[in-house]
Amino acid sequence: MRPVSPRSRRERQLALVLGLPLLLLLTVPLVGLVFYAGPSALAAGLAHPATTQALVLSLATSLAALLVIIALGTPLAWWLARGGRGTGIVETLVDLPVVLPPAVLGLALLLVLGREGMLGKLFGLELAFTPAAVVLVQVVVAAPFYVQSATAAFRALDPEQLAVARTLGARPAKVFLRIALPLARGGLFAGALLAWARALGEFGATLLFAGNFPGTTQTLPIAIYTALEVDPHAAQAMAMVLLVTALTLLVSVRLLRGSPRVAR
Amino acid sequence: MSAPPQANATLPRLSVTLALHRGQPINGPDADAGGFALDVSFTIGDGPTFLRGPNGAGKTTLLRAILGLEPLDHGRVVLGSRTLVDTARAIDLPPEARDIGWVPQGAALFPHLSALGNVAFAAPLVDAMAVLAQVGAAHLAHRSARVLSGGERQRVALARALVRRPSLLLLDEPLSALDPAARAGLRTLLAGLLPSLAIPSLVVTHDAADIAALGGPILELDNGRLAPS
Repeated sequence: MRPVSPRSRRERQLALVLGLPLLLLLTVPLVGLVFYAGPSALAAGLAHPATTQALVLSLATSLAALLVIIALGTPLAWWLARGGRGTGIVETLVDLPVVLPPAVLGLALLLVLGREGMLGKLFGLELAFTPAAVVLVQVVVAAPFYVQSATAAFRALDPEQLAVARTLGARPAKVFLRIALPLARGGLFAGALLAWARALGEFGATLLFAGNFPGTTQTLPIAIYTALEVDPHAAQAMAMVLLVTALTLLVSVRLLRGSPRVAR
Repeated sequence: MSAPPQANATLPRLSVTLALHRGQPINGPDADAGGFALDVSFTIGDGPTFLRGPNGAGKTTLLRAILGLEPLDHGRVVLGSRTLVDTARAIDLPPEARDIGWVPQGAALFPHLSALGNVAFAAPLVDAMAVLAQVGAAHLAHRSARVLSGGERQRVALARALVRRPSLLLLDEPLSALDPAARAGLRTLLAGLLPSLAIPSLVVTHDAADIAALGGPILELDNGRLAPS
């Protein structure tokens, strides 16, 4: 840390004052949720049968999505990090789901992979409104976060270290597993946690493509939406469960990013 | 490290004829505003040979081309009885099959491994330990590569390059970034080591004192071409 002069301290204070309304807007609703629902709601929420069902489905589908994302996203990120022809376009395509409204994604999935959709009809897919559809949606919305983070981690590797490993008789697969993967693992892990959080919170596209069927496609966010009209307390309790989960994930990401192993 | 002596000691052990070019500026010490072309032909025997030239002359690129890390326009590299690359015959061994020890500029140690882990990346532990001792770095074995000093890094990188008993050793400015004491120590080590290896070594250096201490022929590279010797 450089020493801070009084003038630059005043500038920083002014910037904070100007930014304060936004900070409040971001935090006050969540603090309010905790205040209204109370810590006891967390326990009650976890005990509620509807919550457990939705929570189990959410965890199972989001973890399945995460596995798919890591298995397919890691090679894609490696390819993107090596640079070369076409990587710019592919990176834009990968980022697209981040900026697209989930409703658009859900509709697109339905049009292509739904029972009456282009590929759905062609292959006789019975995908829509099944847990597999939930996983598929989560892969689409969450994969960009993993691929972005993994690409950045692979790009930060020293190409000379990878080259030396090759000259030591190691084939590319060994170089990847023994040098690239251990050195990039902080970024991969942080990306995986962000992707998992995004998959866990997915709502709009899931509702369109997978529907709202308790036990099969009703994930926790959708269960909150459903419970809101009939049982507001249950909704609050489920919201608390998601809030605590998200907060835990975010803190983990920060700790991982801050560790010297990641910073190199 | 003692290979059987060659029947003909004057046999050229490394023969290089190659040309390559790049259309775009590249990263690193060879970065240049425009394109870059390398066009060289030389043979060297056992013991150290020095590669000298201004920044951007193509010294590092030449080493990388011999290692199989740069695509050639055309050319042929023969090491002993093995052809590493011959564009005319569509031979192009990958870097892992070329049997060359390389110490890049700055050593490029694997930062997540110990000194011993670096050397043992591609060799049995006993061999790694023995070679570390040979370069005077046995006491560093269990230190993380992250915490080593410049001179220590060079020694460990040298051990890593030697542990598989390569047929050729390429050292890219092994002494340039070191303080005088570390430099003198490593210079002494190399002066004893390189002639005893019975393999050719190509040493990039700017320093006349290094060349005087180690002794050997000099290749002068300028703007991608060798000066007539």
